[in-house]
Amino acid sequence: MARTLLRFLILAAIGASSAVSAQVTIEIVGTGSNQIPIAIAPFAGEEASQPTLTDIIEADLARSGRFNNLYVPPQNPSLSEANTPDYMSWKARGADALVLGSVNSAGGGRYATRFHLYDVPRQQWLDGRDFPAVAPAQLRAVAHRAADYIYEKFTGERGVFSTRIAFVTKTGRNFQLIVADSDGENRQVLSNSPEPIISPTWAPNGKSIAYVAFDSKKPVVYVHNLENNGRRAVANFTGSNSAPAWSPDGQRLAVALSKEGGTQLYMVNADGSGVRRLASSSAIDTEPVFSPDGQSIYFTSDRGGGPQIYRMPASGGPAQRVTQSGSYNVSPDISPDGKWLTYVARDSGRFQVALLELGTGQVQVLTDTAHDESPSFAPNGKMILYATESGGRGILAATSIDGRSKYRLSVPAGDVREPNWGPFPAN
Amino acid sequence: MKKTLIALSLTALLTACASDPEGQTGAPITDSTTGSGGTQSGIDTGTMRGNPLTDPKHPLYQRLQARSVFFDYNSDAIKSEYMPVVENHAQFLRDNPNQKVLIQGNADDRGSREYNLALGQRRADAIKSRMTLLGARSGQIESVSLGEEKPRCTSATEACYGENRRGDLVY
Repeated sequence: MARTLLRFLILAAIGASSAVSAQVTIEIVGTGSNQIPIAIAPFAGEEASQPTLTDIIEADLARSGRFNNLYVPPQNPSLSEANTPDYMSWKARGADALVLGSVNSAGGGRYATRFHLYDVPRQQWLDGRDFPAVAPAQLRAVAHRAADYIYEKFTGERGVFSTRIAFVTKTGRNFQLIVADSDGENRQVLSNSPEPIISPTWAPNGKSIAYVAFDSKKPVVYVHNLENNGRRAVANFTGSNSAPAWSPDGQRLAVALSKEGGTQLYMVNADGSGVRRLASSSAIDTEPVFSPDGQSIYFTSDRGGGPQIYRMPASGGPAQRVTQSGSYNVSPDISPDGKWLTYVARDSGRFQVALLELGTGQVQVLTDTAHDESPSFAPNGKMILYATESGGRGILAATSIDGRSKYRLSVPAGDVREPNWGPFPAN
Repeated sequence: MKKTLIALSLTALLTACASDPEGQTGAPITDSTTGSGGTQSGIDTGTMRGNPLTDPKHPLYQRLQARSVFFDYNSDAIKSEYMPVVENHAQFLRDNPNQKVLIQGNADDRGSREYNLALGQRRADAIKSRMTLLGARSGQIESVSLGEEKPRCTSATEACYGENRRGDLVY
């Protein structure tokens, strides 16, 4: 039923559509141009898990804004990759891409999934995939991998559906640091505290998360190790410690410290040793982020009056101003290819996600909301995850880098904020 | 001798209160001209009358109750109306060199959390800097920031933003 609703609403693609899947509400609020019409027939035997594999695959593809999921009613008997597709009938339904698959019991309560992809206009089998048998709880991960595979096959870019995100929730007086799948499901609480938590950021290898917590009446930078669930303070100097950013090799963290007065940039080793000052200014220098090649650090500074984004060599040295327009530009993040800078720009009292092409200096505002914060690139550079407000509540949202395709992701909690998109999983 | 000092202090306090109902004048309460002995007298007074930070009967108690300094938007300038708060606590620290204090800067919630953390730090640093000029020792004071994370007031109004642009002294 929920599945029919999902398909209907995505098909309708008018204004805002919504689908409920296990507590997380995904609301698609915009769609891209040149979407690939795709038909995914309900996989034979997929009733083994709810939501079904095709529910998850379709929701993934819909969030990307690159696909238009066509509704395929259940057949009796179910279609699977064992059938030869009737290309003419799929063409008549408007499908360019077709997916047929099945979920098969492998004994011991485990299920194996396989599917095939077809190019409908060319009437061609494209490729197929077999996934090893897993417990029903792991079928969700299989679905994300299948969606990644389909996405890459048809767009030529790597999918991000198997990636994870980190964010902070505030419910009443309780703060939680959470990691979840890219669709907000499969949530894991890393930290639970009556004191605030901000600025979570994934290590490049996806095995730990640096963040700032206020447990000791002041901000301290911690690293939480996801493998052993331990945390250690990596910057706990006199004064405030905040704004951690990993170097691309994961060996160091740039941080903002006030130990010598003011808020200034420093580097520490990932284990907290070897603190050294990166630069010296009489202004606020904070929110560092490394360029993907590790050569530069982008950061926020108000050395020119209001806050603007600057760039300096990662080894220290003179800084150049990067954002040229507007009086308040903060919270930089750099795309994985190093070509784009996203940040929050204030214009007429509205805080919005902006995108600057570093090669040309051209700026585009990507959102029409007013309280955007913490933009973070997906590891394929095609989407930007950020925090915003809806109905007085903090929620997460994402936009494609052309601003045409957006979705909101509301997790069941009072306020959701401080998102950070994790790296590609190691294969 | 100590009794006389206390009596003098009390007189000064009463006089100050009479002329300043809000208790915001910066007139010194303890006599700082008596060198280390005078400094010690602050602690002795505390011993005799309880803790001036917590004991309402202590002559310094009222003076040290105001522990917040409020700031204008995007500013770390200490306004004249809050100077007495800074002065009173600076004198207390000067006279009690073993006493430490944490200054927590705060910001309203508009804009970046990390930039607001830095703005709160700037406010806490401004209070610390003024207190050290007034004789408190740098090692007695740690200035930190809570940014926009611990608002006293949560409506999106100017009055509320003003309440959140604040430095708090925490003993």
